[in-house]
Amino acid sequence: MSELIYLSIGGFLGAICRYALSRQIQGTNGFPLGTFVVNLLGAFLLGLLVGIQISGHYYHLLGIGFMGAFTTFSTFMLESEQLRKAGKDHFFYGYIVSSFILGLGLLFCGLMIGHDI
Amino acid sequence: MVYLFVGIGGMVGSLLRYFLSTAVTEICSTAFPFGTLIINLSGSFLLGWISNHFVILKKLPPQLLTGLTTGVIGSYTTFSTFCLEAIQLMEAGKYFFSFAYIVISLLGGLIFVRIGLKIGKH
Repeated sequence: MSELIYLSIGGFLGAICRYALSRQIQGTNGFPLGTFVVNLLGAFLLGLLVGIQISGHYYHLLGIGFMGAFTTFSTFMLESEQLRKAGKDHFFYGYIVSSFILGLGLLFCGLMIGHDI
Repeated sequence: MVYLFVGIGGMVGSLLRYFLSTAVTEICSTAFPFGTLIINLSGSFLLGWISNHFVILKKLPPQLLTGLTTGVIGSYTTFSTFCLEAIQLMEAGKYFFSFAYIVISLLGGLIFVRIGLKIGKH
């Protein structure tokens, strides 16, 4: 039961931080920089948390709760579709390819750094 | 005030994600991360649907709409866990599963968000 409380607190704070941060970082050229930065930062930090072998309530709070809610897949997909619809093909491909490559790469870096700490 | 709506939405979305992924893992305990895949695809569909449906209908106050879209659906789906699972599959030497997971998530997400947008218009 208590893991649900930790999870809820993490989700509550993660969503607020995503909203606040992605509103702060908005590019002027139509590229969805806010979600981009939030997702990459979250991927790196989750890798770091798993790398240092965080467990139990801390993992529910920070890993599943906070990082899970801080990063988002649905908004990423919606923004990609909107870029495609607007005819901004280079942004569409750039957003998708860089999110995936950098997301996976940064998570891996986080894992490795975490292992060494 | 909008921050409170987003926060409560984030709580609800995270709990939904947790319950669904736990249930899916119990039903089919394979190495392939079906839980997160189902969550990310269904969330993409829902966000597409809601963003077209409610924007046209304008039935909800904007703060509540942000709580629902950015809060609930945004937190229900996740990018960090997706990346973690893809990397863990690679580390386990399951390269095909990892590649399939990435491709299905990407193409599926784009297709589902588009279906959601289309259905939401009507």
